Amino acid sequence: MTTEVSAHSYWIGYKTILIKEVTRILRIWPQTLIPPVITMSLYFVIFGSIIGRRVGEMGGIDYMEFIVPGLIMLSVITNSYGNITSSFFGAKFGKHIEELLISPLPPWIILAGYVSGALFRALGVGVLVWLVAGFFSGFFMHNALVTVSILILTAVVFAFGGFINAVYAQKFDDIAIIPTFVLQPMTYLGGVFFSVGLLPGLWEQVAMGNPILYMVNALRYGMLGISDVPLGLAYVMVVGFAFLLGTLSLWLLKRGVGLRA
Amino acid sequence: MDALEVRDLKKVYRNDVVALRGVNLRVEEGDFFALLGPNGAGKSTLIGIVSSLVNATSGEAKVFGISVQKDRSRAMAEIGLVPQEVNFNQFEKPFDIVVNQAGYYGVPRRVARERAERYLKKLSLWDKAFGPSRQLSGGMKRRLMIARAMVHQPNLLILDEPTAGVDIEIRRSMWRFISEINEAGTTVILTTHYLEEAENLCRNVAIIDHGDIIENTSVKTLLGKLQVETFVLDLREPIDTLPEVDGIEIVRRDASTLEASIPKSRSLNRLFRVLEEQGVEVISMRNKANRLEELFMRLVGIDEEAA
Ligand SMILES: Nc1ncnc2c1ncn2[C@@H]1O[C@H](COP(=O)(O)OP(=O)(O)OP(=O)(O)O)[C@@H](O)[C@H]1O
Ligand SMILES: [Mg+2]
Repeated sequence: MTTEVSAHSYWIGYKTILIKEVTRILRIWPQTLIPPVITMSLYFVIFGSIIGRRVGEMGGIDYMEFIVPGLIMLSVITNSYGNITSSFFGAKFGKHIEELLISPLPPWIILAGYVSGALFRALGVGVLVWLVAGFFSGFFMHNALVTVSILILTAVVFAFGGFINAVYAQKFDDIAIIPTFVLQPMTYLGGVFFSVGLLPGLWEQVAMGNPILYMVNALRYGMLGISDVPLGLAYVMVVGFAFLLGTLSLWLLKRGVGLRA
Repeated sequence: MDALEVRDLKKVYRNDVVALRGVNLRVEEGDFFALLGPNGAGKSTLIGIVSSLVNATSGEAKVFGISVQKDRSRAMAEIGLVPQEVNFNQFEKPFDIVVNQAGYYGVPRRVARERAERYLKKLSLWDKAFGPSRQLSGGMKRRLMIARAMVHQPNLLILDEPTAGVDIEIRRSMWRFISEINEAGTTVILTTHYLEEAENLCRNVAIIDHGDIIENTSVKTLLGKLQVETFVLDLREPIDTLPEVDGIEIVRRDASTLEASIPKSRSLNRLFRVLEEQGVEVISMRNKANRLEELFMRLVGIDEEAA
Protein backbone atom coordinates (compact mmCIF):
# COMPACT_ATOMS: atom_id res chain seq x y z
CA MET A 1 0.00 0.00 0.00
CA THR A 2 1.42 3.32 -0.99
CA THR A 3 1.44 6.00 1.65
CA GLU A 4 -0.27 9.00 0.19
CA VAL A 5 1.64 12.23 0.40
CA SER A 6 -1.11 14.75 0.97
CA ALA A 7 -1.87 17.82 3.01
CA HIS A 8 -3.54 15.58 5.55
CA SER A 9 -0.47 13.36 5.96
CA TYR A 10 1.69 16.47 6.38
CA TRP A 11 -0.69 17.63 9.10
CA ILE A 12 -0.29 14.29 10.87
CA GLY A 13 3.47 14.60 10.50
CA TYR A 14 3.45 18.09 11.98
CA LYS A 15 1.36 16.97 14.94
CA THR A 16 3.68 14.04 15.51
CA ILE A 17 6.75 16.28 15.74
CA LEU A 18 4.91 18.63 18.06
CA ILE A 19 3.73 15.80 20.31
CA LYS A 20 7.28 14.47 20.43
CA GLU A 21 8.66 17.90 21.34
CA VAL A 22 6.05 18.51 24.03
CA THR A 23 6.65 15.04 25.46
CA ARG A 24 10.36 15.80 25.63
CA ILE A 25 9.81 19.12 27.39
CA LEU A 26 7.50 17.54 29.95
CA ARG A 27 9.72 14.48 30.40
CA ILE A 28 12.69 16.64 31.38
CA TRP A 29 10.63 19.29 33.22
CA PRO A 30 13.20 19.72 35.99
CA GLN A 31 15.55 21.01 33.29
CA THR A 32 13.05 22.87 31.14
CA LEU A 33 10.37 24.38 33.35
CA ILE A 34 11.75 24.71 36.86
CA PRO A 35 15.08 26.58 36.43
CA PRO A 36 13.55 29.69 34.82
CA VAL A 37 10.97 29.89 37.60
CA ILE A 38 13.69 29.73 40.27
CA THR A 39 15.95 32.25 38.51
CA MET A 40 13.12 34.67 37.94
CA SER A 41 11.93 34.38 41.53
CA LEU A 42 15.45 35.35 42.60
CA TYR A 43 15.39 38.34 40.27
CA PHE A 44 12.09 39.45 41.75
CA VAL A 45 13.32 39.05 45.31
CA ILE A 46 16.69 40.72 44.81
CA PHE A 47 16.04 43.39 42.19
CA GLY A 48 12.36 43.86 42.77
CA SER A 49 11.94 43.76 46.52
CA ILE A 50 15.35 44.59 47.94
CA ILE A 51 16.93 46.94 45.42
CA GLY A 52 13.63 48.07 43.92
CA ARG A 53 12.52 49.55 47.23
CA ARG A 54 15.46 51.97 47.03
CA VAL A 55 15.02 52.73 43.35
CA GLY A 56 11.41 53.61 43.83
CA GLU A 57 10.00 54.42 40.38
CA MET A 58 11.25 54.05 36.85
CA GLY A 59 9.45 55.61 33.90
CA GLY A 60 6.77 56.70 36.33
CA ILE A 61 6.09 53.13 37.40
CA ASP A 62 6.89 51.14 40.51
CA TYR A 63 10.27 49.48 39.84
CA MET A 64 9.01 46.04 40.74
CA GLU A 65 6.35 46.31 38.05
CA PHE A 66 8.74 47.92 35.61
CA ILE A 67 11.02 44.87 35.47
CA VAL A 68 8.24 42.26 35.07
CA PRO A 69 7.85 42.51 31.25
CA GLY A 70 11.63 42.44 30.76
CA LEU A 71 12.03 39.34 32.90
CA ILE A 72 9.20 37.57 31.11
CA MET A 73 10.82 38.51 27.80
CA LEU A 74 14.20 37.27 29.04
CA SER A 75 12.75 33.85 29.89
CA VAL A 76 10.78 33.61 26.67
CA ILE A 77 13.87 34.42 24.61
CA THR A 78 16.24 32.03 26.39
CA ASN A 79 13.73 29.20 26.51
CA SER A 80 12.67 29.47 22.90
CA TYR A 81 16.28 29.58 21.75
CA GLY A 82 17.45 26.96 24.24
CA ASN A 83 14.69 24.50 23.46
CA ILE A 84 15.27 24.35 19.75
CA THR A 85 19.07 24.30 20.02
CA SER A 86 19.13 21.45 22.51
CA SER A 87 16.36 19.46 20.87
CA PHE A 88 17.47 19.87 17.27
CA PHE A 89 21.17 19.61 17.96
CA GLY A 90 20.46 16.62 20.21
CA ALA A 91 18.58 14.97 17.34
CA LYS A 92 21.50 15.68 15.04
CA PHE A 93 24.04 14.46 17.56
CA GLY A 94 22.04 11.31 18.38
CA LYS A 95 21.35 10.81 14.65
CA HIS A 96 17.62 10.48 15.16
CA ILE A 97 17.11 13.54 13.00
CA GLU A 98 17.54 10.94 10.23
CA GLU A 99 14.07 9.64 11.10
CA LEU A 100 12.71 12.93 9.79
CA LEU A 101 15.20 13.38 6.98
CA ILE A 102 14.23 10.10 5.31
CA SER A 103 10.51 10.74 5.76
CA PRO A 104 8.35 12.36 3.08
CA LEU A 105 7.91 15.46 5.26
CA PRO A 106 9.06 18.63 3.51
CA PRO A 107 11.49 21.02 5.28
CA TRP A 108 8.85 23.58 6.17
CA ILE A 109 6.81 21.02 8.14
CA ILE A 110 9.89 19.87 10.06
CA LEU A 111 10.78 23.47 10.82
CA ALA A 112 7.20 24.31 11.81
CA GLY A 113 7.15 21.30 14.17
CA TYR A 114 10.35 22.29 15.95
CA VAL A 115 9.41 25.98 16.13
CA SER A 116 6.02 25.05 17.61
CA GLY A 117 7.79 22.95 20.23
CA ALA A 118 9.99 25.93 21.12
CA LEU A 119 6.89 28.13 21.32
CA PHE A 120 5.21 25.68 23.66
CA ARG A 121 8.13 25.83 26.06
CA ALA A 122 8.75 29.57 25.74
CA LEU A 123 5.13 30.51 26.32
CA GLY A 124 4.74 27.87 29.04
CA VAL A 125 7.69 29.32 30.90
CA GLY A 126 6.42 32.82 30.15
CA VAL A 127 3.13 32.00 31.87
CA LEU A 128 4.92 30.45 34.86
CA VAL A 129 7.13 33.52 35.26
CA TRP A 130 4.07 35.74 34.91
CA LEU A 131 2.41 33.81 37.74
CA VAL A 132 5.52 34.23 39.89
CA ALA A 133 5.59 37.94 39.05
CA GLY A 134 1.92 38.22 39.99
CA PHE A 135 2.78 36.87 43.39
CA PHE A 136 5.31 39.69 43.94
CA SER A 137 3.70 42.61 42.20
CA GLY A 138 0.10 41.71 41.38
CA PHE A 139 -1.30 41.09 37.89
CA PHE A 140 -1.66 43.88 35.37
CA MET A 141 -2.44 44.04 31.67
CA HIS A 142 -2.72 47.11 29.49
CA ASN A 143 -3.31 45.49 26.10
CA ALA A 144 -3.59 41.70 25.91
CA LEU A 145 -3.39 41.58 22.13
CA VAL A 146 -0.04 43.40 22.04
CA THR A 147 1.24 41.32 24.95
CA VAL A 148 0.40 37.96 23.40
CA SER A 149 1.34 38.83 19.83
CA ILE A 150 4.72 40.32 20.74
CA LEU A 151 5.54 37.29 22.92
CA ILE A 152 4.67 34.85 20.15
CA LEU A 153 6.56 36.81 17.49
CA THR A 154 9.64 37.15 19.69
CA ALA A 155 9.58 33.44 20.54
CA VAL A 156 9.36 32.65 16.82
CA VAL A 157 12.33 34.92 16.00
CA PHE A 158 14.52 33.24 18.61
CA ALA A 159 13.34 29.76 17.68
CA PHE A 160 14.57 30.41 14.14
CA GLY A 161 17.80 31.85 15.53
CA GLY A 162 18.31 28.79 17.71
CA PHE A 163 17.56 26.52 14.79
CA ILE A 164 20.26 28.17 12.67
CA ASN A 165 22.69 27.84 15.59
CA ALA A 166 21.85 24.12 15.89
CA VAL A 167 22.33 23.54 12.18
CA TYR A 168 25.87 24.88 12.32
CA ALA A 169 26.76 23.41 15.72
CA GLN A 170 29.23 20.54 15.72
CA LYS A 171 29.49 19.98 19.46
CA PHE A 172 27.49 20.87 22.55
CA ASP A 173 29.74 23.88 23.27
CA ASP A 174 28.60 25.43 20.03
CA ILE A 175 25.04 25.79 21.27
CA ALA A 176 26.10 27.39 24.56
CA ILE A 177 28.23 30.20 23.10
CA ILE A 178 25.54 32.42 21.59
CA PRO A 179 23.15 32.37 24.57
CA THR A 180 25.98 33.23 26.95
CA PHE A 181 27.95 35.74 24.92
CA VAL A 182 25.31 37.30 22.71
CA LEU A 183 21.75 36.78 23.88
CA GLN A 184 22.17 37.34 27.58
CA PRO A 185 24.20 40.58 27.29
CA MET A 186 21.86 41.88 24.60
CA THR A 187 18.84 41.18 26.76
CA TYR A 188 20.35 42.80 29.85
CA LEU A 189 21.31 45.82 27.74
CA GLY A 190 17.88 45.71 26.12
CA GLY A 191 16.26 47.66 28.92
CA VAL A 192 15.07 44.82 31.12
CA PHE A 193 16.13 46.67 34.28
CA PHE A 194 16.19 50.30 33.14
CA SER A 195 14.57 52.83 30.88
CA VAL A 196 16.80 53.55 27.91
CA GLY A 197 16.30 57.31 28.45
CA LEU A 198 18.52 57.04 31.52
CA LEU A 199 21.56 56.23 29.40
CA PRO A 200 23.93 59.08 28.50
CA GLY A 201 23.64 60.36 24.87
CA LEU A 202 25.90 58.09 22.85
CA TRP A 203 24.99 54.97 24.81
CA GLU A 204 21.35 55.63 24.22
CA GLN A 205 22.06 55.59 20.47
CA VAL A 206 23.95 52.31 20.83
CA ALA A 207 21.17 50.76 22.89
CA MET A 208 18.61 51.76 20.25
CA GLY A 209 20.45 49.51 17.79
CA ASN A 210 19.62 46.48 19.90
CA PRO A 211 16.58 44.65 18.53
CA ILE A 212 15.80 43.08 21.91
CA LEU A 213 15.20 46.57 23.29
CA TYR A 214 12.23 46.89 20.95
CA MET A 215 10.79 43.56 22.00
CA VAL A 216 11.12 44.32 25.71
CA ASN A 217 9.56 47.74 25.28
CA ALA A 218 6.71 46.46 23.15
CA LEU A 219 5.88 43.94 25.87
CA ARG A 220 6.20 46.67 28.48
CA TYR A 221 3.66 48.63 26.49
CA GLY A 222 1.37 45.60 26.34
CA MET A 223 1.53 45.02 30.07
CA LEU A 224 2.03 48.53 31.51
CA GLY A 225 1.18 50.94 28.72
CA ILE A 226 4.65 52.57 28.59
CA SER A 227 7.42 52.22 26.04
CA ASP A 228 10.71 53.90 25.12
CA VAL A 229 10.20 53.14 21.43
CA PRO A 230 7.36 53.48 18.93
CA LEU A 231 5.23 50.32 18.99
CA GLY A 232 4.95 50.16 15.20
CA LEU A 233 8.71 50.09 14.82
CA ALA A 234 8.91 47.21 17.29
CA TYR A 235 6.46 45.17 15.20
CA VAL A 236 8.27 45.97 11.96
CA MET A 237 11.43 44.76 13.62
CA VAL A 238 10.16 41.43 14.99
CA VAL A 239 8.23 40.60 11.84
CA GLY A 240 11.26 41.53 9.75
CA PHE A 241 13.60 39.36 11.82
CA ALA A 242 11.13 36.48 11.84
CA PHE A 243 10.92 36.63 8.08
CA LEU A 244 14.68 36.91 7.59
CA LEU A 245 15.71 34.17 10.00
CA GLY A 246 12.80 31.96 8.95
CA THR A 247 13.83 32.16 5.30
CA LEU A 248 17.41 31.37 6.20
CA SER A 249 16.35 28.41 8.39
CA LEU A 250 14.23 26.98 5.63
CA TRP A 251 16.97 27.39 3.08
CA LEU A 252 19.48 25.62 5.34
CA LEU A 253 17.09 22.75 5.95
CA LYS A 254 16.30 22.42 2.24
CA ARG A 255 19.97 22.38 1.35
CA GLY A 256 20.57 19.92 4.17
CA VAL A 257 23.46 22.00 5.51
CA GLY A 258 25.09 20.08 8.35
CA LEU A 259 22.48 17.33 7.95
CA ARG A 260 22.82 15.55 4.62
CA ALA A 261 26.34 14.47 3.62
CA MET B 1 8.49 -1.56 -13.12
CA ASP B 2 11.80 -1.34 -11.29
CA ALA B 3 11.62 -0.84 -7.55
CA LEU B 4 14.98 0.87 -7.80
CA GLU B 5 16.81 2.28 -10.74
CA VAL B 6 20.14 3.96 -10.25
CA ARG B 7 21.80 5.70 -13.14
CA ASP B 8 25.42 6.80 -13.32
CA LEU B 9 25.49 7.69 -9.65
CA LYS B 10 28.63 9.45 -8.46
CA LYS B 11 29.49 10.60 -4.98
CA VAL B 12 32.50 12.61 -3.93
CA TYR B 13 32.39 13.51 -0.23
CA ARG B 14 33.53 16.92 0.97
CA ASN B 15 36.84 15.43 2.08
CA ASP B 16 37.41 14.39 -1.56
CA VAL B 17 36.79 10.71 -0.90
CA VAL B 18 35.28 9.21 -4.04
CA ALA B 19 32.69 6.79 -2.67
CA LEU B 20 30.78 5.99 -5.88
CA ARG B 21 32.22 6.19 -9.38
CA GLY B 22 29.21 5.99 -11.66
CA VAL B 23 27.02 3.21 -10.34
CA ASN B 24 24.26 1.71 -12.46
CA LEU B 25 21.83 -0.68 -10.87
CA ARG B 26 18.31 -1.97 -11.31
CA VAL B 27 16.25 -3.90 -8.82
CA GLU B 28 12.99 -5.34 -10.03
CA GLU B 29 9.77 -4.99 -8.13
CA GLY B 30 9.33 -7.92 -5.76
CA ASP B 31 12.99 -8.88 -5.85
CA PHE B 32 15.07 -9.90 -2.87
CA PHE B 33 18.35 -8.22 -3.64
CA ALA B 34 21.74 -8.38 -1.96
CA LEU B 35 24.35 -5.65 -2.16
CA LEU B 36 27.64 -7.25 -1.26
CA GLY B 37 30.95 -5.56 -0.71
CA PRO B 38 33.88 -5.15 1.64
CA ASN B 39 34.24 -2.33 4.18
CA GLY B 40 34.28 1.08 2.57
CA ALA B 41 33.04 -0.21 -0.79
CA GLY B 42 30.25 2.37 -0.97
CA LYS B 43 27.20 0.34 0.10
CA SER B 44 25.99 2.75 2.77
CA THR B 45 26.70 5.70 0.50
CA LEU B 46 24.50 4.19 -2.21
CA ILE B 47 21.74 3.52 0.30
CA GLY B 48 22.20 7.01 1.73
CA ILE B 49 21.59 8.57 -1.68
CA VAL B 50 18.52 6.41 -2.33
CA SER B 51 17.06 7.39 1.05
CA SER B 52 18.02 11.07 0.56
CA LEU B 53 20.40 11.18 3.53
CA VAL B 54 23.31 11.76 1.19
CA ASN B 55 23.29 14.17 -1.74
CA ALA B 56 24.50 12.65 -4.99
CA THR B 57 27.30 14.49 -6.76
CA SER B 58 25.77 13.48 -10.09
CA GLY B 59 23.44 10.88 -11.53
CA GLU B 60 19.96 9.88 -10.52
CA ALA B 61 18.13 7.37 -8.35
CA LYS B 62 14.51 6.43 -8.96
CA VAL B 63 12.25 4.50 -6.64
CA PHE B 64 9.29 2.94 -8.42
CA GLY B 65 9.91 5.42 -11.21
CA ILE B 66 9.93 8.45 -8.87
CA SER B 67 13.11 10.48 -8.84
CA VAL B 68 14.68 10.87 -5.41
CA GLN B 69 16.37 14.06 -6.56
CA LYS B 70 13.34 15.68 -8.24
CA ASP B 71 10.39 14.39 -6.22
CA ARG B 72 11.89 13.55 -2.85
CA SER B 73 8.72 13.42 -0.77
CA ARG B 74 6.87 10.98 -3.02
CA ALA B 75 9.94 8.80 -3.46
CA MET B 76 10.54 8.63 0.30
CA ALA B 77 6.98 7.48 0.95
CA GLU B 78 7.88 4.24 -0.85
CA ILE B 79 10.94 3.41 1.25
CA GLY B 80 11.51 1.87 4.67
CA LEU B 81 15.10 2.07 5.88
CA VAL B 82 16.99 0.07 8.47
CA PRO B 83 20.29 1.93 8.79
CA GLN B 84 23.65 0.39 9.59
CA GLU B 85 23.99 2.26 12.87
CA VAL B 86 21.47 2.76 15.64
CA ASN B 87 19.76 6.09 15.00
CA PHE B 88 16.73 6.26 17.24
CA ASN B 89 16.44 8.46 20.29
CA GLN B 90 17.64 6.21 23.08
CA PHE B 91 15.66 8.20 25.63
CA GLU B 92 12.37 7.32 23.99
CA LYS B 93 10.38 4.14 24.43
CA PRO B 94 10.37 1.61 21.59
CA PHE B 95 6.61 1.94 21.22
CA ASP B 96 6.81 5.73 20.85
CA ILE B 97 9.70 5.45 18.40
CA VAL B 98 7.66 3.23 16.10
CA VAL B 99 4.41 5.21 16.50
CA ASN B 100 6.15 8.52 15.80
CA GLN B 101 7.87 7.20 12.70
CA ALA B 102 4.45 6.19 11.35
CA GLY B 103 3.25 9.73 12.01
CA TYR B 104 6.01 11.18 9.83
CA TYR B 105 4.55 9.16 6.96
CA GLY B 106 1.05 10.42 7.60
CA VAL B 107 -0.29 7.29 9.31
CA PRO B 108 -3.05 8.35 11.73
CA ARG B 109 -2.12 7.82 15.36
CA ARG B 110 -4.73 5.17 16.08
CA VAL B 111 -3.61 3.05 13.12
CA ALA B 112 0.03 3.70 14.01
CA ARG B 113 -0.49 2.29 17.51
CA GLU B 114 -2.11 -0.87 16.18
CA ARG B 115 0.69 -1.41 13.71
CA ALA B 116 3.41 -0.64 16.25
CA GLU B 117 1.95 -3.31 18.50
CA ARG B 118 1.72 -5.79 15.64
CA TYR B 119 5.30 -5.30 14.44
CA LEU B 120 6.84 -5.14 17.89
CA LYS B 121 5.09 -8.40 18.74
CA LYS B 122 6.25 -9.99 15.51
CA LEU B 123 9.83 -9.02 16.29
CA SER B 124 9.54 -10.30 19.88
CA LEU B 125 9.94 -6.85 21.39
CA TRP B 126 6.51 -6.33 22.88
CA ASP B 127 7.65 -6.99 26.46
CA LYS B 128 10.24 -4.22 26.00
CA ALA B 129 7.96 -1.78 24.22
CA PHE B 130 7.45 0.57 27.15
CA GLY B 131 10.86 0.48 28.77
CA PRO B 132 13.79 2.75 27.90
CA SER B 133 15.15 1.84 24.48
CA ARG B 134 18.77 2.43 25.51
CA GLN B 135 18.49 -0.71 27.65
CA LEU B 136 17.82 -2.95 24.66
CA SER B 137 20.55 -5.32 23.56
CA GLY B 138 22.26 -4.78 20.21
CA GLY B 139 20.11 -7.41 18.49
CA MET B 140 16.94 -5.94 19.95
CA LYS B 141 17.91 -2.48 18.73
CA ARG B 142 18.27 -3.85 15.21
CA ARG B 143 14.86 -5.50 15.43
CA LEU B 144 13.36 -2.27 16.72
CA MET B 145 14.73 -0.50 13.66
CA ILE B 146 13.11 -3.15 11.43
CA ALA B 147 9.75 -2.57 13.13
CA ARG B 148 10.23 1.17 12.70
CA ALA B 149 11.02 0.75 9.00
CA MET B 150 7.93 -1.39 8.38
CA VAL B 151 5.35 0.65 10.25
CA HIS B 152 4.29 2.72 7.23
CA GLN B 153 4.24 -0.44 5.10
CA PRO B 154 6.77 0.63 2.46
CA ASN B 155 6.98 -0.97 -0.96
CA LEU B 156 10.75 -1.06 -0.77
CA LEU B 157 12.54 -2.15 2.38
CA ILE B 158 16.25 -1.38 2.52
CA LEU B 159 18.38 -2.95 5.24
CA ASP B 160 22.00 -1.91 5.73
CA GLU B 161 23.72 -4.87 7.39
CA PRO B 162 20.70 -5.88 9.43
CA THR B 163 22.35 -8.89 11.01
CA ALA B 164 25.76 -7.48 11.89
CA GLY B 165 26.59 -8.49 15.44
CA VAL B 166 23.46 -10.59 15.85
CA ASP B 167 23.64 -14.16 17.11
CA ILE B 168 22.73 -16.99 14.79
CA GLU B 169 19.37 -17.76 16.34
CA ILE B 170 18.15 -14.17 16.13
CA ARG B 171 19.70 -13.89 12.71
CA ARG B 172 17.64 -16.86 11.51
CA SER B 173 14.45 -15.39 12.94
CA MET B 174 15.24 -12.06 11.30
CA TRP B 175 15.79 -13.84 8.00
CA ARG B 176 12.42 -15.52 8.40
CA PHE B 177 10.73 -12.23 9.15
CA ILE B 178 12.34 -10.43 6.22
CA SER B 179 11.49 -13.33 3.90
CA GLU B 180 7.85 -13.11 4.95
CA ILE B 181 7.87 -9.41 4.17
CA ASN B 182 9.30 -10.15 0.75
CA GLU B 183 6.79 -12.91 0.10
CA ALA B 184 4.00 -10.49 0.95
CA GLY B 185 5.16 -8.36 -1.99
CA THR B 186 7.65 -5.88 -0.56
CA THR B 187 10.86 -5.51 -2.52
CA VAL B 188 13.84 -6.03 -0.23
CA ILE B 189 17.40 -4.81 -0.66
CA LEU B 190 19.99 -5.69 1.94
CA THR B 191 23.69 -5.16 2.29
CA THR B 192 25.82 -7.75 3.95
CA HIS B 193 29.32 -9.06 4.35
CA TYR B 194 28.06 -12.61 4.55
CA LEU B 195 27.75 -14.50 1.31
CA GLU B 196 25.83 -17.07 3.31
CA GLU B 197 23.16 -14.49 4.03
CA ALA B 198 22.79 -13.58 0.38
CA GLU B 199 22.78 -17.25 -0.50
CA ASN B 200 20.04 -18.07 1.98
CA LEU B 201 17.78 -15.15 1.24
CA CYS B 202 18.36 -13.36 -1.98
CA ARG B 203 17.57 -13.96 -5.64
CA ASN B 204 19.80 -11.34 -7.18
CA VAL B 205 23.03 -9.76 -6.13
CA ALA B 206 25.39 -6.94 -6.96
CA ILE B 207 28.94 -6.74 -5.76
CA ILE B 208 30.35 -3.32 -5.16
CA ASP B 209 34.01 -2.58 -4.63
CA HIS B 210 35.79 0.75 -4.45
CA GLY B 211 32.65 2.53 -5.60
CA ASP B 212 32.10 0.38 -8.68
CA ILE B 213 29.62 -2.41 -9.33
CA ILE B 214 31.86 -5.25 -10.39
CA GLU B 215 29.20 -7.93 -10.64
CA ASN B 216 25.44 -7.89 -10.99
CA THR B 217 23.74 -11.20 -11.47
CA SER B 218 21.61 -13.87 -9.85
CA VAL B 219 22.87 -15.48 -6.67
CA LYS B 220 22.88 -18.85 -8.42
CA THR B 221 25.09 -17.65 -11.24
CA LEU B 222 27.40 -15.99 -8.78
CA LEU B 223 27.87 -19.10 -6.72
CA GLY B 224 28.49 -21.03 -9.90
CA LYS B 225 31.44 -18.77 -10.51
CA LEU B 226 33.12 -20.03 -7.42
CA GLN B 227 35.61 -22.33 -9.03
CA VAL B 228 37.21 -23.49 -5.87
CA GLU B 229 35.24 -24.83 -2.98
CA THR B 230 36.66 -25.24 0.47
CA PHE B 231 35.62 -28.07 2.74
CA VAL B 232 36.34 -28.58 6.39
CA LEU B 233 37.10 -32.20 7.32
CA ASP B 234 36.90 -33.45 10.90
CA LEU B 235 39.12 -36.45 11.49
CA ARG B 236 38.63 -39.30 13.95
CA GLU B 237 42.27 -39.21 15.03
CA PRO B 238 44.89 -36.48 14.98
CA ILE B 239 47.46 -36.86 12.20
CA ASP B 240 51.12 -35.87 12.02
CA THR B 241 51.75 -35.57 8.31
CA LEU B 242 49.55 -33.78 5.84
CA PRO B 243 48.21 -36.02 3.11
CA GLU B 244 49.17 -34.88 -0.38
CA VAL B 245 46.69 -34.99 -3.21
CA ASP B 246 47.44 -33.72 -6.66
CA GLY B 247 45.69 -30.41 -7.48
CA ILE B 248 44.02 -30.13 -4.07
CA GLU B 249 45.30 -27.71 -1.49
CA ILE B 250 45.15 -29.18 1.97
CA VAL B 251 45.96 -27.21 5.10
CA ARG B 252 45.76 -28.23 8.72
CA ARG B 253 43.53 -26.17 11.00
CA ASP B 254 44.46 -28.21 14.04
CA ALA B 255 45.67 -31.73 14.65
CA SER B 256 42.35 -33.33 13.72
CA THR B 257 40.82 -30.77 11.35
CA LEU B 258 41.76 -30.23 7.74
CA GLU B 259 40.71 -27.72 5.16
CA ALA B 260 40.71 -28.89 1.57
CA SER B 261 40.29 -26.46 -1.31
CA ILE B 262 39.11 -28.31 -4.38
CA PRO B 263 38.64 -26.89 -7.87
CA LYS B 264 35.16 -27.61 -9.18
CA SER B 265 36.67 -29.52 -12.12
CA ARG B 266 38.19 -32.11 -9.80
CA SER B 267 36.37 -34.99 -8.29
CA LEU B 268 36.07 -35.45 -4.56
CA ASN B 269 36.59 -39.18 -4.94
CA ARG B 270 40.28 -38.73 -5.49
CA LEU B 271 40.60 -36.91 -2.19
CA PHE B 272 38.85 -39.66 -0.30
CA ARG B 273 40.80 -42.41 -2.06
CA VAL B 274 44.10 -40.88 -0.96
CA LEU B 275 42.86 -40.32 2.57
CA GLU B 276 41.62 -43.90 2.70
CA GLU B 277 45.00 -45.22 1.52
CA GLN B 278 46.76 -43.26 4.23
CA GLY B 279 44.42 -44.57 6.88
CA VAL B 280 42.87 -41.17 7.64
CA GLU B 281 39.27 -41.49 8.74
CA VAL B 282 36.93 -38.58 8.08
CA ILE B 283 34.01 -38.41 10.47
CA SER B 284 32.32 -35.32 9.10
CA MET B 285 32.65 -32.80 6.34
CA ARG B 286 31.11 -29.38 5.76
CA ASN B 287 31.26 -26.48 3.41
CA LYS B 288 33.35 -23.66 4.70
CA ALA B 289 30.75 -20.98 5.32
CA ASN B 290 32.42 -17.76 4.43
CA ARG B 291 33.60 -17.93 0.86
CA LEU B 292 33.11 -14.28 0.27
CA GLU B 293 36.75 -13.30 0.62
CA GLU B 294 37.66 -15.76 -2.03
CA LEU B 295 34.97 -14.44 -4.28
CA PHE B 296 36.18 -10.90 -3.81
CA MET B 297 39.74 -11.87 -4.47
CA ARG B 298 38.68 -13.45 -7.70
CA LEU B 299 36.39 -10.67 -8.86
CA VAL B 300 38.60 -7.83 -7.78
CA GLY B 301 41.55 -9.67 -9.27
CA ILE B 302 39.81 -9.98 -12.63
CA ASP B 303 38.82 -6.36 -12.43
CA GLU B 304 42.39 -5.26 -11.93
CA GLU B 305 43.57 -7.37 -14.82
CA ALA B 306 41.01 -5.81 -17.09
CA ALA B 307 41.99 -2.29 -16.04
N1 LIG C 1 30.15 11.31 5.61
C1 LIG C 1 31.28 10.94 4.98
N2 LIG C 1 32.24 11.85 4.73
C2 LIG C 1 33.35 11.50 4.10
N3 LIG C 1 33.64 10.26 3.66
C3 LIG C 1 32.73 9.31 3.88
C4 LIG C 1 31.50 9.60 4.55
N4 LIG C 1 30.79 8.45 4.63
C5 LIG C 1 31.53 7.51 4.02
N5 LIG C 1 32.70 8.00 3.58
C6 LIG C 1 33.75 7.28 2.83
O1 LIG C 1 33.16 6.78 1.65
C7 LIG C 1 33.64 5.46 1.38
C8 LIG C 1 32.45 4.51 1.28
O2 LIG C 1 31.87 4.39 2.56
P1 LIG C 1 30.54 3.57 2.84
O3 LIG C 1 30.12 3.85 4.23
O4 LIG C 1 29.57 3.85 1.75
O5 LIG C 1 31.06 2.06 2.72
P2 LIG C 1 30.31 0.68 3.06
O6 LIG C 1 30.37 -0.14 1.84
O7 LIG C 1 28.98 0.95 3.61
O8 LIG C 1 31.27 0.08 4.18
P3 LIG C 1 30.91 -0.83 5.46
O9 LIG C 1 30.76 -2.22 4.98
O10 LIG C 1 32.11 -0.69 6.32
O11 LIG C 1 29.68 -0.28 6.08
C9 LIG C 1 34.61 5.13 2.49
O12 LIG C 1 35.90 5.42 2.03
C10 LIG C 1 34.24 6.08 3.60
O13 LIG C 1 35.36 6.41 4.39
MG1 LIG D 1 28.10 0.60 5.40
